[in-house]
Parts: sequence; structure tokens; C-alpha cells
Amino acid sequence: METSILSSILFATIVAGTPLIIVALGQLIAEKAGVLNLGAEGMMAMGAITGFAVTLHSGNPWLGVLAGMFAGAAMSFIFAVVVLTLMGNQVASGLALSILGVGLSAFIGKSYESEILPTVGALRIPLLADLPIIGEALFNQQALVYFSWALFAGMVWFLYRSRPGLVLRAIGESPSSAHSIGYPVIRIRYLATLFGGAMAGIGGAFLSVFYTPLWVEGMVSGRGWIAIALVVFATWRPFRVLVGAYLFGGVMVAQLFVQGSDLDISIPSQLLSALPYLATIIVLVIISRDRNTVRLNAPVSLGQPYRPEG
Amino acid sequence: MRFTRITFGKLALALVIAVASGTSFAADNVGFVYVSPIGDAGWTYQHDLGRLQLEKETDVTTSYVENVAEGADAERVIREMAKRGDKVVFATSFGYMNYALKVSKSFRNTAFVHVTGYKLGKNMGLVNARFYEGRYLTGVIAGEMSKSNVLGYVAAFPIPEVLQGINAFIKGARSVNPEAELRVIWVNSWYDPGKERQAAMTLMSQGADIITHHTDSTAVVQAAEEEGKYAFGYHSDMSKYGPRAHLTATTHHWGDYYVKTVKDVQAGRWAPISVWGGYAQGMIRLAPLNDAIPADLQARIRDMEQQITERKLHPFAGPVVDQAGKTIVAEGKTMTDEQLNKMNYYVQGVVSKIPNN
Repeated sequence: METSILSSILFATIVAGTPLIIVALGQLIAEKAGVLNLGAEGMMAMGAITGFAVTLHSGNPWLGVLAGMFAGAAMSFIFAVVVLTLMGNQVASGLALSILGVGLSAFIGKSYESEILPTVGALRIPLLADLPIIGEALFNQQALVYFSWALFAGMVWFLYRSRPGLVLRAIGESPSSAHSIGYPVIRIRYLATLFGGAMAGIGGAFLSVFYTPLWVEGMVSGRGWIAIALVVFATWRPFRVLVGAYLFGGVMVAQLFVQGSDLDISIPSQLLSALPYLATIIVLVIISRDRNTVRLNAPVSLGQPYRPEG
Repeated sequence: MRFTRITFGKLALALVIAVASGTSFAADNVGFVYVSPIGDAGWTYQHDLGRLQLEKETDVTTSYVENVAEGADAERVIREMAKRGDKVVFATSFGYMNYALKVSKSFRNTAFVHVTGYKLGKNMGLVNARFYEGRYLTGVIAGEMSKSNVLGYVAAFPIPEVLQGINAFIKGARSVNPEAELRVIWVNSWYDPGKERQAAMTLMSQGADIITHHTDSTAVVQAAEEEGKYAFGYHSDMSKYGPRAHLTATTHHWGDYYVKTVKDVQAGRWAPISVWGGYAQGMIRLAPLNDAIPADLQARIRDMEQQITERKLHPFAGPVVDQAGKTIVAEGKTMTDEQLNKMNYYVQGVVSKIPNN
């Protein structure tokens, strides 16, 4: 009994953390290149409705995820044109993108509110899934859960072990230096922004196709903002994003378990609901409290427009 | 019959048109303010069904503004409706109360009705429904049908209205099954499908085999369908989101009240009173009962509906004992409306602890 509860908490934690990881890692790449896109909430909403609609019409959830990815990328393309080509203010444009995405998705989704999708089964990994306690929780999950791990591994390699990753970070640090030694700053920023949008789209599609297979207006419920905050509190380091996302998911799930149990705790439920946010912020602030780490990892040019000279 | 769908952006435009066309309105118009999108199920959807019934059964035209936040926006929307000459304005969310009251003071010839509030005005009436009557009946079904004797409830905020539902549900269950226990999880949101689903999954993993919710989405019913458990919907019939799992739902019906109110206003006999209707007024009903409910239980439920309508059965008839063992209502007595409106405790049978005391 005890182990099965532990296993189901772990399982639910992983599921709750997955969309945050995918979206936050996408944002991390964009921010590492110096582009601050606050539109994650809107891009997720567009990814969610597009993924839902395409899955409904095609019957194929993977086509839905793909479509969600393109919808997120398309949204971020609008943003990229505004801030990278037209030199618009990144903060204001990102906020506008959020509002646009949430509103547009509600408009497009009007006729989909009564529809439901069949549940997509989990993808069981043989052998590993038979491990006690963690097996079921870690290796009998939705395919996108494994995708989030692959994304994490790929990103660590890309950022810290590959040359393009180094270029990307250089552009985020000092676009003018990168430009002066011949790197196409604007083009790479475009690519990074599109990648961030695509991941936000996948994160949104995960919500509407896998997590709660339905579409309702406002179903993203602030997860885009949490992902953006995670990147900052994780001081732009992928591993800490992973820790933060699971911590957030874990505390949320655990507080639900505590509430449903007959444990005699007298904590106001409002405080319990705030606990995931508090715990995540506190832990990430503590592990990131070294000022040098922050300075080393925060992209210096974040949010600043750059116009290549000459 | 024609209705205009008005969004914020169009409100100004609509006003211009209204002014341009002078006061030569052929029919009276009735305005509705909704807190959320109409959608396909839920609180606002039920109010919109009422609005459509009003259009069908009277000669008025109607218009509505959906997704109006409970704040300064609400006052603006309500004021515009009054200004363009709407005969009646229905403000359908708790948080509109003070704004509706304020506007009602500047438009004495307009009738205002606020849903779920407690402040009456000279030209502002109140309406609410006894949701707990339906909850009690679903509790009886749950008590009879549960095999694990563990029931689950996903709830939004610990306010009296929600607590009435929770307590009526377990009282209903315990009236037929003294072993039944109820676990409650608060999600602190009226609307977050992901969190509602997570809470539902948690309850089922803790042994609940029948769950229900007092939140606005269909996620809980869907979760039960997936897990092969049973669920009760709320606000609307949610059976299409879980055809197997959905046993029935406590549903709200505002149409008859809207029709009566508007006719009274037109006839000049309307008075700003507070209406708290339930089964007797047709405001609360159960959605069609699932075939999984045994026929004799269905018959008993129908019989109890009749008794509630005739006020022979009251969900909060004594003894009502809270979790700590304190008697709230003695045997032979019935809880008063005032006591109902101040409910801030769990009754016996709820095993979770109330979060804020």
C-alpha cells in the first residue's frame, strides 16, 4: 500500500512536470540567445487548440503534436518578426503575444468545446517498467515524457558540448562581438525563438491531447508563466529547470495527496495551493544563490534589441 | 427573435447603433452578464439555456456579454446595458454584487437581478438555488453503489455554498450506508482542468470509487471514465464526457425564473426580493440516471425527489453533527436558511480535515 502510494505520487509528479520541462527548455534556448519571449502562455494555448483539433480530425495524436508544434512556432515567428526585424520591445511584444494566443485559441476553439478525444495509452518500456516502485512511475508513461528527457539530454549536449551551442551562448552574451567575428546574430536568434515557440506548442498539445484530452478556453491555466519563471529561477541551467519542474509538480501532487488523506494537518488549503510555487522558488533561489553562478549563466543581452552595424 | 452577441470591442458600437435607432425598440431587451465563456457545459452554460428559454417564451430580445471579469469591467458592462435601456439585467456571478448594486442606484427604472449574492437593493433582486438538494440525492446513489465505501470530492473554495454540497453529499450517502466516508481535495480554483484531473486521480488512488466535483470543468468526469470508476457531474449533464462513468448530475435550471421575472417586470408587479429556489421551483434537477443505477434505486431516487419537492425530506434535517462531534441541529429539527448560509464545517463522514480552521 505504502509503495503504491509512493509510486502513484511519483507517476503524477512526472506527468505534471513534463509540460513545464518542455516549454521551459524551449524558452531557455531562446533566452540563451538573448531573446526574452513572454508569450509562452499564448503559444501553449495555440499549441493546445491546434493539437486538439488536428488530433480530432485525423485521429492521430502524433499528427496533433506536430501541428501543435507548428502552431507554437508560427506564433513565435510573429514575435520574432516584431522584435528581431522591427526592433519592437521584447517585454511588451511578448505580453501581447500571450494575450493574442489565449484569445485566438478561444476563438478558434469555440466549436471544439463539446468534443472529446480518446485517451492515448502509455508507452511501456519493457524490463525497466518492471522495476519496483519507480518502474511503473518512470517507464510506463506517455511518450512525450520520454521526449522531455531526450530533449533535456540533447540540450545539455548542445549548449555545453557543441560548437553551435557555444555560438548561441556567445550571441546571448554579446551580440556585437558575435557579429563582428562573422556570426549571423539575427538569423540565429530567429531560429532560437522559433525553437522556443515550437516547444511551447508541444507543451500545449501535451495538455490538450494527453494530459486532459479535451479543449476548453483557458485550459493552460498559467503554466506558460510558470515555465518562464522556472527558467529565471533555474539561472538558465537545464538541469535546474528539470529539478524545478519536478519539484513544482511533486509538491503540487503531494499537497493533493495530503488533503485527500485523513492526516490531521491544519494548514489552510490556500497556503497548500501556494506551496508548489513557494517551494520551487525557495529551493531554486537557494541552489542558485551564488552570485557568480548567476552572472555566469544569465545571458547579458537578454531582452535587448540588437541591430547589426554595417 | 433575434439576439445580438456583444463582445467588449463591439459594445461601444452597439451603443452607437442603439442611440442612432432612437428609443423605437420594438421589444424590451434583457441583458445577461456572464463570468466565463458559455462553452458546452458548466455554470454559464446553464444560465445561457435560461436566456434561450426566455427568448422562446416571451417577446423580449436578449443580449449577453460573456467572460466578464469580476471587477471594474463588470460595472462598465452592467452600466452600458442599463444605459441602452435594457428592461432587466441579470448579473450571474457572485463578484458582480457590489457593481450591480451601485449601477442600480443610477437606473431606478431598470430591474436588476444578482445571482448568488446577499445584498438587496430598491430595484435589485437576488436569486440562488438550493444546489445541495441535488447533492443529497447523488450522495444516496453513491452510498448505495460504492464498493470501497470511499467517496471523493474535488472542490474549489471553502465557502458555504460549496460546503453545503459536500455535507449534503455525505449525509445522503450515510443515510443509506453508515460506513461511507468522504475525502475532499481543494484545488483553490474554479477552473483548472489539469489540477482538477490531478485531484480526481489522487482521490481514486486513495480508494475512492465514486467521485464528484464542485469546479467548472468536465475533467473529473473524464478522469473517472478513464479509470473505470463512477462520477457525478455538476452544473450540467456531463454524460457525454464519460458515458459509462457519469451516473447523473446535479443540474441548474434558471429559465422558468427568468421568464417569470421578466413577465413580472413587464406587468409592473415585480418586487426586488430574494429567491432561493430548489426542487420545488424546478431550479434543481438531476440529469438522466445512468442505467448502471439499479432500477429499484432509481425508483427510490424518484420518490425522494418528490419528497424534497413537497418539503417532506430535507437534506439537513437533524441530527446534523459536525466532525468534532458537536451537534449543530438536534434530532427532529431542520437547519434554518441562516445556518445554511453560514456553514463552515464538515459533518461526520468526511475524513479530510477542513483546511482553514
